[in-house]
Amino acid sequence: MFAYVVRRCFTGVIMLIVMSFVTYFLFFASPIDPGRFACGKSCPPALIKQTDKALGFDKPWPVQWKDFAIGVVKGRDYPEDPALRKSAPELISHCPAPCLGYSQVNLINVTTELKDKIPISVSLALVAFVMWIIGGISLGAVAALTKGSIIDRGVVGTSLVFYAFPTFWMGLFLIEFPAIKWGLVQVPSYTSIADGGVWGWLSNLFLPGLTLALFYMAGYVRITRAFVLESMSEDYLRTAKAKGLAPRKILFKHTMRAALTPIVTLAGLDLAGLLGGAIITEQVFNFNGLGKLAVDSTQTFDLPTVVGLVLLLAAFVIVANIIVDILYAVIDPRVRVG
Amino acid sequence: MTSYLSVRDLVVHFPTIDGIVKATDGLSYEVERGKTLGIVGESGSGKSVSSSAILGLHRGTNAKVSGEILLDGDDLLQLNDEQMRQHRGSDVAMIFQDPLSAMHPYYTVGNQIAEAYLVHNRVGKKAARARAIEMLDRVGIPQPDRRVDDYPHQFSGGMRQRAMIAMGLINNPGLLIADEPTTALDVTVQAQILDLLQDLQREFNSAIIIITHDLGVVAEMADDVLVMYAGRAVEYGPCKEILTHPEMPYTWGLLSSVPDLSADTNAKLIPIRGNPPSLLSPPPGCAFNPRCDHRDKVPGDLCTTQVPDLTTARSGGNHVKRCHLANPDEVYATEVLPEIAPDLAKETP
Repeated sequence: MFAYVVRRCFTGVIMLIVMSFVTYFLFFASPIDPGRFACGKSCPPALIKQTDKALGFDKPWPVQWKDFAIGVVKGRDYPEDPALRKSAPELISHCPAPCLGYSQVNLINVTTELKDKIPISVSLALVAFVMWIIGGISLGAVAALTKGSIIDRGVVGTSLVFYAFPTFWMGLFLIEFPAIKWGLVQVPSYTSIADGGVWGWLSNLFLPGLTLALFYMAGYVRITRAFVLESMSEDYLRTAKAKGLAPRKILFKHTMRAALTPIVTLAGLDLAGLLGGAIITEQVFNFNGLGKLAVDSTQTFDLPTVVGLVLLLAAFVIVANIIVDILYAVIDPRVRVG
Repeated sequence: MTSYLSVRDLVVHFPTIDGIVKATDGLSYEVERGKTLGIVGESGSGKSVSSSAILGLHRGTNAKVSGEILLDGDDLLQLNDEQMRQHRGSDVAMIFQDPLSAMHPYYTVGNQIAEAYLVHNRVGKKAARARAIEMLDRVGIPQPDRRVDDYPHQFSGGMRQRAMIAMGLINNPGLLIADEPTTALDVTVQAQILDLLQDLQREFNSAIIIITHDLGVVAEMADDVLVMYAGRAVEYGPCKEILTHPEMPYTWGLLSSVPDLSADTNAKLIPIRGNPPSLLSPPPGCAFNPRCDHRDKVPGDLCTTQVPDLTTARSGGNHVKRCHLANPDEVYATEVLPEIAPDLAKETP
């Protein structure tokens, strides 16, 4: 098991290296001169050249990728110029490891930039995740147990209705009515645990979390319902019934355990994707997270930030995949040996 | 004085959009403690459905079950769900055809066996585990204290079925229903499992219903035999009687289909022609009539218009059959037996 985890982590690192290589290639395939954007609109060619040099954009891209990779491991200096270091060390800015580059638009190291945004997106994703997992699985199980009845149809139908509403509509609705018009909750603005305590943090995440949860929940209601129904027709459930187990025990111990595997797969990937930022929801609620950063940096051609974001998201997905695979082994003993 | 289990006029119907599927229609039989009843018939003849009804496994589905199932004098069909649950696994246990799919793949064998004990006994987990090890040992699993923590996929097919038997017998049930317990196993293991069931039956003095389509299993195990066709009993009586003096053409067909190992290896098997009838719309009259080779011996159109009653066989005793033939014993001796066992026919003139 330990060897398996090490092996998976190793392949994960290789995947990240390949990802960064591809992203860098795409970075240079785009018709954008990053130096020009950093310098400003009416910038003389000489100055653009100087900016390119300071940020390292003048080198061929495989070399730049190498510098980037070294920066991730060891950190790097801008500009990388030994002569300048001697003559005017105060002009050199250091980017400590792990250095993902320097955003010439926001005038900040990408790592620092991401570090500020990660807690916001991660908090939002986790709160939404907990809500939709609890809601989706329990409603899905209820629908399966009452298959064909009004409750079943109501649950599945309602979840589909929420799925059909776009998140920006749902987000705006939740701000406009429960928050502003009815005053049931305050209009959310992100508060960290350090600033507002656990309650302040949670209460501000409620509405944006709900917006996402209502959207994601539909899939979980349906998949839980389908897999609970499937496992209910398994022979081993007949055995459990023939043993004289109480219906509650059959449901929670025998049926749900078997239905869990596909749900874990889906949940791991959905959570990983969401950790990288909920683009629309963050915009609607004006949360300054990774999703909003992604939109802003794409619009301003802030390529170092885009590269950093892509790698971060890739890392989330890779880590989530490893965790899901480990969870498989925990859930299903047949996976452990083979 | 009634038997330990007495099933009277059992009816199991499944209403579907196409009509009512009459899976079991007016089935009656009795089993004493320490005795074995073999129920034989083709797939879809209602063997499993009628036996599942004893455990109340059709509760919560749309099946319509009626009649009487008297277990030690209590009518199981009159009980509410909770009372029925108390009987399941304690007085009546069931083991199933394919032990791999009948065990939960995610829990250890020991956990699943102990679970059956925990439901019906006020004991702790440790005691239940000890009891599970004891039962695994009893059914012949080597190193039971270690194998108890294995998962079903780590067991061989025969060991899994042994574990299922341990699970079924852990509460010392008065009645064990074995639904094709050896079908999924290879032949050498089959014999071991049947021996084990017989040993345990002697030890626990339980009644066994063994559902099978293998007449070899019936011959080895059963005291009584019930032959089912299209949801009805077509022949019922002591095992020896049925195997030596069968009086229903369907039973003859079953006996003819058994391969004869002493005969020429190139000899063809004699199957029963045609297919089992639809339970949705069985043929009118005797359900077996479209496949019967002896219909011409019955005067008129009795076979296609009237369902024959269960009547006492010509050999008498407790042997009953459902057939319009006036002299089935003679037909069997002169026409059927010479064909399926020529040696035997010569010996008994």
